[in-house]
Amino acid sequence: MDYTASRLDKCFAALKAENRPGLGIFVTAGDPDQETSLAILKALPGAGADMIEFGMPFSDPMADGPSIQASSLRALKAGASLAKTIDLVRKFREEDQTTPVVLMGYYNPIYIYGVERFLTDAISAGADGLIVVDLPPEEDDELCVPAVKRGLPFVRLATPTTDDARLPKVLTNTSGFIYYVSITGITGTAEVPIDMVRAAVGRLRTHTDLPIGVGFGIKTREHAAAIGSVADACIVGTAVVNALAGSLDSNDKAGPDTVKAVTDLVSELAKGVREARG
Amino acid sequence: MASATPAPNSFRTGPDENGHFGIFGGRYVAETLMPLILEVEKAYLTAKGDPDFWAEMEYYRKHYIGRPSALYFAPRLTEHFGGAKLYFKRDELNHTGAHKINNVMGQALLAKRMGKTKIIAETGAGQHGVATATACALFGMECEVFMGAEDVKRQKPNVDRMRLLGAKVVPVTSGSSTLKDAMNEALRYWVSKADTHFYIIGTAAGPHPYPAMVRDFQCIIGEETRWQLEEAEGKLPDALVACIGGGSNAIGLFHPFLDDPSVEIFGVEAAGHGIPSGEHAASLTGGNPGVLHGNRTYLLQDDDGQITEAHSISAGLDYPGIGPEHSWLHESGRVKYVSATDTEALEAFALCAKLEGIIPALEPSHALAYVSTMIGDMDKDKIVVMNLCGRGDKDLDAVIPRLEKMGKL
Ligand SMILES: Cc1ncc(COP(=O)(O)O)c(C=O)c1O
Repeated sequence: MDYTASRLDKCFAALKAENRPGLGIFVTAGDPDQETSLAILKALPGAGADMIEFGMPFSDPMADGPSIQASSLRALKAGASLAKTIDLVRKFREEDQTTPVVLMGYYNPIYIYGVERFLTDAISAGADGLIVVDLPPEEDDELCVPAVKRGLPFVRLATPTTDDARLPKVLTNTSGFIYYVSITGITGTAEVPIDMVRAAVGRLRTHTDLPIGVGFGIKTREHAAAIGSVADACIVGTAVVNALAGSLDSNDKAGPDTVKAVTDLVSELAKGVREARG
Repeated sequence: MASATPAPNSFRTGPDENGHFGIFGGRYVAETLMPLILEVEKAYLTAKGDPDFWAEMEYYRKHYIGRPSALYFAPRLTEHFGGAKLYFKRDELNHTGAHKINNVMGQALLAKRMGKTKIIAETGAGQHGVATATACALFGMECEVFMGAEDVKRQKPNVDRMRLLGAKVVPVTSGSSTLKDAMNEALRYWVSKADTHFYIIGTAAGPHPYPAMVRDFQCIIGEETRWQLEEAEGKLPDALVACIGGGSNAIGLFHPFLDDPSVEIFGVEAAGHGIPSGEHAASLTGGNPGVLHGNRTYLLQDDDGQITEAHSISAGLDYPGIGPEHSWLHESGRVKYVSATDTEALEAFALCAKLEGIIPALEPSHALAYVSTMIGDMDKDKIVVMNLCGRGDKDLDAVIPRLEKMGKL
């Protein structure tokens, strides 16, 4: 395995040594513009993010709620593209060689970019994994198998509707970590009761040794602490994107406090994951 | 592209067990949705092999939809064009005025068997929404129809129909507020309501098993055409023509004839302001393969793989994709895909009303526009069957001012 492929493993190993859950932060690449997006990306590790889910904007984000949809459209309106997203990763990687960046999005932009070309460029830019929402195991030949062959982990979603019969199928070819998503399956919807998450994570652990990240619905330090008590990582997207959106002017342009709006929330959440097992 | 795919022995065996028609189709959906579509697939496979299911379908087809629909020889248009004989498959005579009910009835009966009591649907023009609301009223099911906020404004009469039928119309404001966004929203909503809700997709698109299932329910169009023409003329048609939005009325007419090589088949996409203008809804003529709404198919998209907006005067054709089986039939060369502009469709609309006393929907007016370009060159003993898949009452608000401006009224 090459260096980029192991950055995620190293991250989870370090977290384990520290005996705390990690904090994964989702932001959409190019939201609200390329320059601000890069500034946010660079500020995330310092604010307490252990890894970054970097959204590749798509016009039709079928599995996302209104906040992340809006963020995707803002980015596209400001000129985002897959090539520019990869470029942001490259620029981030010039300064930060440890924080894993997982590219997250939908298949069509990758398919149009070209699977092999995408893998080459993403790996050379320093990406550490892929989450491609609309590629279930049934379509593994498209991207998952080629990615894993080249050492780029393919992180898969598991949901409450993924039953014990289906889980092994979902776990085949999955690497990096497992991303457990809440009941509704759409980003930005209601908080999930902690007991349900505990039971679900427990069920997942009987099927896999991979680290388990839990996402969808975490908004506060307290919630991060609660989820973090049962998961290997908390993944926060909608709340971060909302914080960013709240800092924009009426034309969706970055305000003076846009980066700070994001890092303030991330710092709070970072305290949460540090309290999780206290 | 056409030569890249070797001709199969039969064009009627698809899809494979994973829902692929060649490289098209499939199940490109989030894991959250997978268990749902696997459940639909399982239930559909069981129903498909159950004579009781088809007996129930047959009952509603006959007594509620009003099938078989007439196969009508159009004498004055035939004379006007001066070539082959033109027949209309009159699916505009179905209850609710279009072919959409053929599919809705099948899926509603399937939902009932699965014990689902609540139905969701997406709609553009509102025809599929009206058909779904109708079946829900009939079976006492709750119905929610997702419709782009723009379309809610453009298609008020159908919105009112759905409300009268007891359905809740949910305006969708995300994305471009049109049909593709309504479908995104319906899929999102479905994921959160999987236990109780069934999603009735309105065209032969979406993730497997929808393209195959919708096709199977619409195939009654072609099956009837086959025996009706045998009765009327004692032979097969020489050409079939149908309009294409997502492709359900077209595949319903085409599929039973795909393995009859003497039958030429034409699918007519909406060219809007013309293909070169970029403002059209012709995914095959003016798009390229991509992945959206759970399947790989031809799409209107930019260089970055972002979906672009479709344009057509006909809200029912205004979709940036097309059912995956059509993409496969296109690349295999079995079906020829052509297009007609807004203006050409409007002219055909007016002509059909004047010469046959039938006011067609704008969607099949595109098919008639293409017929008008080819039928005159065919011998008089040849036969063309066109799917008149909807009636035009719903379109008068859009059409009348345009026809007045064109001096056609
Ligand atoms: C009358 C009519 N024809 C055609 C269509 C297009 O759909 P399809 O291509 O699935 O037949 C519609 C869609 O609303 C319609 O109402």
